[in-house]
Amino acid sequence: MSSTPPLPGTPMGSPSQPLPPAVDVAIVGAGIMGLALAYHLARFAPRLKIAVIERSYLVSGASGRNGGGLRMQWGDAGNVRLMMESIAECKGLAQELDINLWFRQGGYLFLARSEAGERRLIRNAELHAEVGAPTRLLSAAEAQAIVPQLAVDDLRLASFNPEDGVVFPWPFVWGYAAQAVRRGVTLRTHTGVTRLEPVQDGYLLRLTSGETVQAQRVVNATGAWSHTLNRSLGISLPNQPHRHEILSSEPLKPFLDPLVVDLGSGLYFSQSTRGELVTGITLPDAADGSDTALTLHSSLRFLAHISRTLTHLMPITAAMKVLRQWVGPYDVSPDGDAIVGPSPGHPGVIQLCGFTGHGFMMAPAVGRLLARWLADGTPHPMLTRWDPARFAAGQQSRREDMIIG
Amino acid sequence: MSERSFVCRCEDVTLAEIGHTIDRGLATVEEIKRYTGLGTGPCQGKECVGLLCRILIERGVLTPAAAQPFTARPPVEPVTFGSLAAGAVEDERP
Repeated sequence: MSSTPPLPGTPMGSPSQPLPPAVDVAIVGAGIMGLALAYHLARFAPRLKIAVIERSYLVSGASGRNGGGLRMQWGDAGNVRLMMESIAECKGLAQELDINLWFRQGGYLFLARSEAGERRLIRNAELHAEVGAPTRLLSAAEAQAIVPQLAVDDLRLASFNPEDGVVFPWPFVWGYAAQAVRRGVTLRTHTGVTRLEPVQDGYLLRLTSGETVQAQRVVNATGAWSHTLNRSLGISLPNQPHRHEILSSEPLKPFLDPLVVDLGSGLYFSQSTRGELVTGITLPDAADGSDTALTLHSSLRFLAHISRTLTHLMPITAAMKVLRQWVGPYDVSPDGDAIVGPSPGHPGVIQLCGFTGHGFMMAPAVGRLLARWLADGTPHPMLTRWDPARFAAGQQSRREDMIIG
Repeated sequence: MSERSFVCRCEDVTLAEIGHTIDRGLATVEEIKRYTGLGTGPCQGKECVGLLCRILIERGVLTPAAAQPFTARPPVEPVTFGSLAAGAVEDERP
């Protein structure tokens, strides 16, 4: 694969990018969330001075480590609606960002092998019909017609949405970054924010480089690292990092259309447009407690566990070869819902975190909706349901049950 | 070398494309991997990372002392799902 250079010579974030001493909005974290927000905010409010500050290089965190799936098939109507918007946004996004996003709508195929799983799929299909998502229930034979290599002996029911799809995550980050910079956003990489200090009319950001930046508003878009930044201000939110493993196979010619999810094991696999099988699974926590420590080490335990489930469900994969495995951090929110909006006690600090492993697919819509909110002050109902104050108020109620991996 | 010479033969990354990434201020091996896909194919960087470092040093964007390969991803060589499925599942740490 090779990227199209959309704007040769346009610098796209560097450790030497000069930072203004004061900005209107400082976005901490240059993952897909922070950059999609910066891009849309620069469009909606071109007079705002915006800086994005990233502790490492671009595509270093979860935005470059996820499986690249986008689906409308959620268990909560709000998430279904949001993902319908996000997928609609992706249809024109390659042109808008001027970069190949490898977006392919091959659908998501969910498999239920238990009675409980069957009930979830039936309930979801009813919900999706109400909301207007084109999900349909399939028999084992119909599922096998879509994926002929699938073992269906114990399959009770499947659900399929042809609008769901996969992307290659990396160019999303580059695309949003290049277009944000082109619209005047300052993008500084390799520079961490060590603390936030309240000052008159905003916050002072202390940086690892020794510099400081003053910002009227600060957005915490640091994903699995967000609780550290919050703690520097005494903001107490319950999201926590959790490591997840994933792998890709050697590239093969196209043979698999949908992304397949097995509800019982949490196994998911898809074929990227690059030809690789990309697959992960729900893995029981390691006995040593290392899963919450933000160490990104790969394990043989994962390889053995996933290979057993995958070769059972797709016997043809036994002869396929694993090429590379890696780890990415989820930012896990206790009720499974994201944490977005003004922070309790610090309305000038906007949270954009807690996406629990599914932020990448939501970012195209969330970046635009939050930018609108910050630009003209009108909160959107798709975001206010994620109010960071809900935990202290004891209002965390429902739990999204379609969190996979 | 011609500008159309391949630096990474697995992922078809040319010398000209390495030049584009440098023009955009991306000067480290990890960034160039993620911008071009260099080193993510079947050889996993064994053929191309040394050559990339040489190019970056020749163009003055990297010093020999700072040259580092990107994070190695297991397995060392491609392994089938079938043989991994047949292996032990101990709870190990590297």
